Amino acid sequence: MYDLSALYEASSVAEAVALRVAHPEAQIIAGGSDVLVQMREGKRAGKALISIYGIDAMRGVSIDEDENIRIGSLTSFSHITKDPIIQKYINVLGEAVDMVGGPQIRNIGTIGGNTCNGVTSADSASTLHAWEAIVELTGPNGVRRLPIKDFYIKAGTVDLQDGEIQTAILIPKSSYENCFGHYIKYAMRNAMDIATTGCSVNVVLSADKKTIERVRIAYGVAGPVPMRAPSAEAVATGKSVSMETVNAFGDAVLEDINPRDSWRAAKAFRQHIAVELAKRCLIRSIELAGGAV
Amino acid sequence: MDVGKSVIRVDAFDKATGRAKYCDDLCDKSALIARVLHATIGNGMVKSVDTTEAEKVEGVVKIVTCFDVPHYKFPTAGHPWSTDVHHQDVADRLLLTKRVRFYGDDIAAVVAENEVAAAQALRKIKVEYEQYPVVLDVQEAMQDGASQLHAEFKNNILAHTDIRMGDYEAASKEPGLIKVEGWYDTPTVQHCHIENHICYASMEAGRVVVYSSTQIPHIVRRVIGQALGISWGKVRVVKPYIGGGFGNKQDALYEPLCAYLTTIVGGRLVKLDCSREETFVCNRVRHAIRTHIISWLRPDGSFAARKIECFSNQGAYASHGHGICAKGMGAFPQIYPCPNIEGDAYTVFTNRPVAGAMRGYGVPQATFAHEAHIEDVCKVLGVDSLEFRRKHMMPVGYVDGFSKNENYADSLNQILDKGEKYLDYSRKHKEYAAQTGNIRRGVGVALHWYNTAVWPISLESSSCRMVLNQDGSIQVQTGETEIGQGCDTAFAQMAADAVGLRVENVHMVSAQDTDVTPFGTGSYASRQTYVGGFAIAQTGAILKEKILSYACEITRQMPALLDIVEGNIIRKTDGRVLLTVGDLATQALYSLEHSQHITAESTYQIKNNAYSFGCCFAEVEVDMALCKVKLVDMINVHDCGRLINPQLAEAQVHGGMSMGIGYGMSEELKFDPKTGRVLNDNLLDYKLSTFMDHPHLEAQFVENAEPTSPYGTKALGEPPACPGAPAIRNAILNATGVAIDVAPMTPHILFDKFKEAGLI
Repeated sequence: MYDLSALYEASSVAEAVALRVAHPEAQIIAGGSDVLVQMREGKRAGKALISIYGIDAMRGVSIDEDENIRIGSLTSFSHITKDPIIQKYINVLGEAVDMVGGPQIRNIGTIGGNTCNGVTSADSASTLHAWEAIVELTGPNGVRRLPIKDFYIKAGTVDLQDGEIQTAILIPKSSYENCFGHYIKYAMRNAMDIATTGCSVNVVLSADKKTIERVRIAYGVAGPVPMRAPSAEAVATGKSVSMETVNAFGDAVLEDINPRDSWRAAKAFRQHIAVELAKRCLIRSIELAGGAV
Repeated sequence: MDVGKSVIRVDAFDKATGRAKYCDDLCDKSALIARVLHATIGNGMVKSVDTTEAEKVEGVVKIVTCFDVPHYKFPTAGHPWSTDVHHQDVADRLLLTKRVRFYGDDIAAVVAENEVAAAQALRKIKVEYEQYPVVLDVQEAMQDGASQLHAEFKNNILAHTDIRMGDYEAASKEPGLIKVEGWYDTPTVQHCHIENHICYASMEAGRVVVYSSTQIPHIVRRVIGQALGISWGKVRVVKPYIGGGFGNKQDALYEPLCAYLTTIVGGRLVKLDCSREETFVCNRVRHAIRTHIISWLRPDGSFAARKIECFSNQGAYASHGHGICAKGMGAFPQIYPCPNIEGDAYTVFTNRPVAGAMRGYGVPQATFAHEAHIEDVCKVLGVDSLEFRRKHMMPVGYVDGFSKNENYADSLNQILDKGEKYLDYSRKHKEYAAQTGNIRRGVGVALHWYNTAVWPISLESSSCRMVLNQDGSIQVQTGETEIGQGCDTAFAQMAADAVGLRVENVHMVSAQDTDVTPFGTGSYASRQTYVGGFAIAQTGAILKEKILSYACEITRQMPALLDIVEGNIIRKTDGRVLLTVGDLATQALYSLEHSQHITAESTYQIKNNAYSFGCCFAEVEVDMALCKVKLVDMINVHDCGRLINPQLAEAQVHGGMSMGIGYGMSEELKFDPKTGRVLNDNLLDYKLSTFMDHPHLEAQFVENAEPTSPYGTKALGEPPACPGAPAIRNAILNATGVAIDVAPMTPHILFDKFKEAGLI
């Protein structure tokens, strides 16, 4: 039995926006795997809910007219993993969200909820950051698009304005074309866990597979929100594919990340793991792109 | 004969189809909901509780605080009652308490019409406290000046016992001895049974009726009587199917409070359903035990003298108390005998959650220390650790002076043989000894012995009732409880053999009801199959004798010449089937000349115990840079005597191995050092290992029939959980050369240890 004051169910995006405007205090709920847990803990006790879960228009993966990969915000993790577009262009995202919780959570949990929750440990977040995803928000004044790094404001807070809901996540063609990536979730268990640290790396190699033309790296749980590691990227961009580059890339990560000491893990431990993951993710990404270290 | 066959569980279909009824399924939906207000300080006094705002919440029926409840102190441990006042469990609990001894202690309770009203009311109760410093560590709690939890236990020491064999001091001064010393730490863990503790209570005919998810209905009845200050017969406890217990439910948990709450709301039905968070913090946990071992060895490897000190973290209340630590230390002198042993065990109160019984009852902690230490000894001596064990472990013919347990067969060597062969241990142990590189493999072994049941420390008795139906089938009841482990099935097999029936004609009455179930102390101590076997064999013989006696009236054949085989009365002299038990039962019940309801009931007091043996061999792969251990393969081998049901035995071993994996690699409750609050009171942050963290689990057996048991059986419930963690620890040592003496061996610990060793 949940302590909620009302439940409003939207059947279209327009209706959801209207409900948001009419009930500004209400909490949006999609799959519920975060919101209901928080309500049970008493954190959102007594709140009204606006369910957007029935809006089928917000489900599914497609390529839009600008050749962006468009992921409807209500697309479940398990559907993302099995989607042919995802598998072809950004398989690492499917792999990353396949590490969320267990099978039941992956069936109910959505990528929109995963990002709107604003937590640094979300398994989709580091890959979406590393692939420079665009967040699409729909509100009373129409559609707003912003880079995912700007969507995350601080731990638990995202740039979701009055009346808005997140309707899609886009991956631009310039981001996914010829790009190959790898994600490692470092956790205490092999299932049903949140990341101690998560690292997502992707590369574009030169035609001869000898040079790293572009490399991007992002972390979850290396700071209060998911974050890129620009120093590491700068160190390896344009460099030859070699262990020397890999090691320099890994070591440079420490200039960027800022993990904290907590009872869940010590800072020194998180830093050590972050460096190791950066190297392993880069090596694997290079391999996926057809190169060899 | 059905004993020895993998008969399908008698409850398999009901459980697999969801028809089996557990507490919450049975509770009427009109029940009032009780919720407990838990203290938000770790140590101190409640100065006042203001319920004014909470009382205003719509749907609140009653709020009681620690200032309202009756003052009958009661013990909670699921031990048989002792009529000797000196052997009774420590009575240190009240239904609700003003004196807060851990973060989460029970200080008030709300009874409301529904869960939401109860939760809202809880949030509106205001409590004023006086706070005392929190002490969480055993060694700190024993210091003079540390916060005292219970005035009558100086330096927070609940109990101290010792072992003195030979002369340790003198023996350790023998010239030329090699000293090996270690400290071994085990964590506070929780049982994590699927079904949280739940109970509901109401009043009927002036009595309190409590349904509970418990392992020990008859004991809970006694404790409720003690807590409410009413005679025990005024209490009726019913135990339906339960979703696991592992010892947590071998304690009176919230049954006394729930029983009290119904009495103050006019006997209305009140349900108290623990959340998972409450299960972690406010039920029971496993004792964290710190063990110090010194071995003095001669150059030939023989032990000259050994010393052991055990410090057990009791948490805030006595519960099962010193029994756990004492049992663990008691395992020490026997597994590797030595003439000169000095042992001291301390059980110490701290402001942690209450530690009670948990599968293995001190032996998983002890085995981690004992077997880690033996591996260290072998490393110092430079000898093969398996050969060393074989040379120095408990020999055949060893008899324990206290329990009179005897090691009848060469079980330890036989189980080691099987494990060694399965894992190719000896070859790998040498091959893995000097690896470099990032990925390293290792193998490890650990062995242990285990008592079956609690004799001679406590009472061991078992009762059984059998009732013959018209069709020749029987109902069977025992005082031993089915808690998911499968004892109903084992008992059905035993009863079938004892009477001479087919197992499908034995109907186990699984639910226990203290009004109608024969007395028994419940499910614990790996005792069910062993102890239940005596009463079943005896009662089966009585029933059989009655059936054959009636058969004599019908057939005019001498009873001694008759037997019952697969439900038929046969004449042994020629094997002729004279009639079926069903025909006999129908005649007996409806006979106009001699009507008889054929039943049998008896109690057998067991004054035996039996050594059960087990070992684990584990293989790991360590990713040095990531500080991660992957379990590659794992085998447990047990000698629990003759297997009653091989498939169920195997399942029991799998479950225990899983528990050992969590114990060794990931599970621990973490505490805020300032307040004692449990930081990870949920299944996300508490790292119970999952299916994905398990390798193939191989379970094998050696079957040396236990001569004291009518069915040749002995303990298997707890032993499988004992040797896993030290086997993993020794495998990591083999792989990396690093001895990890703190369980669980998480990446956090490995990171520190590998850094220390200069490996990363």
